Amino acid sequence: MNRLTKLFAEKRENILNIYFTAGYPKLDDLVEIGLALERSGVDILEIGIPYSDPLADGPTIQASSQQALKNGMNVRLLFTQVEDLRKHTEIPIILMGNFNQVMQYGENQFFRKCKEVGVDGVILPDMPTYVYEEQFKALFEELDLGITFLVAPQTELERLRKIDELTRGFVYVVSSAAITGGVGGVTDAQEAYFERITSYGWHHPTLIGFGIKDAQSFAKACKYANGAIIGSAFIRALADSQDLSETISDFVSEILPQDSP
Amino acid sequence: MTPNKNGYYGKFGGAYIPEMLYPNVKYLKENYLKIIQSDSFQKEFKSLLKDYVGRPSPLYFAERLSKKYDTNIYLKREDLNHTGAHKINNTIGQILLAQELGKKRIIAETGAGQHGVATATVCALMGLECIVYMGEVDIERQAPNVSRMKMLGAEVRPAKSGSRTLKDATNEAIRDWIAHPVDTHYIIGSVVGPHPYPDMVALFQSVISEEMKWQLKEHVGRETPDSIIACVGGGSNAAGAFYHYLKDDKVRLIAVEAAGLGINTGESAATSVLGSEGVIHGSRTLLMQTDDGQIIEPYSISAGLDYPGIGPLHAHLIKTGRAEVLSATDDEALQAGYLLSKIEGIIPALESAHALAALEMMRFAKDEIVVVNLSGRGDKDLATYIKHQNRFE
Repeated sequence: MNRLTKLFAEKRENILNIYFTAGYPKLDDLVEIGLALERSGVDILEIGIPYSDPLADGPTIQASSQQALKNGMNVRLLFTQVEDLRKHTEIPIILMGNFNQVMQYGENQFFRKCKEVGVDGVILPDMPTYVYEEQFKALFEELDLGITFLVAPQTELERLRKIDELTRGFVYVVSSAAITGGVGGVTDAQEAYFERITSYGWHHPTLIGFGIKDAQSFAKACKYANGAIIGSAFIRALADSQDLSETISDFVSEILPQDSP
Repeated sequence: MTPNKNGYYGKFGGAYIPEMLYPNVKYLKENYLKIIQSDSFQKEFKSLLKDYVGRPSPLYFAERLSKKYDTNIYLKREDLNHTGAHKINNTIGQILLAQELGKKRIIAETGAGQHGVATATVCALMGLECIVYMGEVDIERQAPNVSRMKMLGAEVRPAKSGSRTLKDATNEAIRDWIAHPVDTHYIIGSVVGPHPYPDMVALFQSVISEEMKWQLKEHVGRETPDSIIACVGGGSNAAGAFYHYLKDDKVRLIAVEAAGLGINTGESAATSVLGSEGVIHGSRTLLMQTDDGQIIEPYSISAGLDYPGIGPLHAHLIKTGRAEVLSATDDEALQAGYLLSKIEGIIPALESAHALAALEMMRFAKDEIVVVNLSGRGDKDLATYIKHQNRFE
């Protein structure tokens, strides 16, 4: 059982997944940020692999990726840092990236390396489901590695079924037709969509992401899904941080319900 | 040449897109052939190409140029199309498709501005909202086209990330499409992007080689040339010029890439030489990238060729040896542009000048029939030509 599966076996609500870009704000901040997030009560660490040409990322995450690349981050270094982080924690770690980076590393080597350094799952939003199914599904099963696909407001029922079937870990519910870090907040129309999508009857937990930024939007998302993902708002907090530990502790305590451990 | 059901030409193509685009792309994939092949669509498409674009574009025997290279050179005059390049063949087709799909808002990316102008034009024609993404660098070097787009009622939005050229404009357009999946159609300007775009754009551009066949028959009594030369950035004009000859191995297909300052100078856009397999803008193809999979910013004097990828059809043609690749530097293109202006009275677009530059690198038999696809006119490039005037006059 990998750490993600274990988490979901123990916890089904208010799951907080925080995204941050590897190599940002400074090249070697990954371990410190990861541990501070864990101490603050975050459930999942989602580490972004910085990419030169991301398509679904808004300006905040794009800028953090550019800075990270300028700092010298690359896939090999990222694996080293994650391996280091893993020595100090058992929190579930997932990697989010673009398929091209995985291709250049060598797909099979990349996924095996994930397992080796203690990564529990991956999100590759531009990897087609048919590519996963035909080429990598067996390997993921062998490695017991999680794979998360996105669902969006226009995703059809038949497609939800396919995604549920292929998912290992959780389903990523994109909150609206937008790139990351959009307007923010949750509208009534979005709530109707959350209602529809989360009542589908998933075999896997669902986490809502894109535009989740504060206690209010987190609470709304958690009404419908098992939890939520916060990215851009956290990156913005890091950008202004003088003291990472303090910033992170403040940021997370603002988000989580008071009675949460 | 048609891609397989998932949109692959050999191992290149496919649709590597985030889920937010999946429904749009799936709908297109399942319906584009049916729509395009319907009688009513074809009737309207052909009528607009004839009466609005001014097709067929002439196939012109360039006598003095032929004499210089001691062979028979024909120029396929896409530069004479309305808006000045081959790009409008595709935008006419796609705007009709967008109407069929009930879309109200059109977005596009542009490098040299020719595709932007062609998109703004058809949006004006059909009364649809038009937003064109263009790199900040290109906005500067292709100023006349920016003014044209604005006059045609389009909004030109600067792409400010990365190299601020075509690649970044494409990123921004895709981001816009992700944020507006329901009301918006994205008119991609080249044979790039997720399936079915490469096939769709190639089909719309295939009118170029369709005409070449009967025009050659009239000129020389046979439908097939010995060689066809076209420049390749993403590769739409080359796809159109090659299309009906892809299966005829006797026809040499020559794709000319932009070498920029030289292939090994670090300032180049010669993707097939410098690139490796990867994914860019939704398709698996050849692209210029680092070992870490970060896309390398290309360089060419020609904004339309300044792109780090190449359409998956071309990647396949090149890797299988069906098409040959040459590359021309900025200077070689400028030289060819000046030459054509002087001896034929035609100022070519800098993109097309790269195709012409290949004539200097090749040897032809006296009785050979060579077609150069003159993809666009050089009005938009005057400032660049004049800047280098003293070296080439």
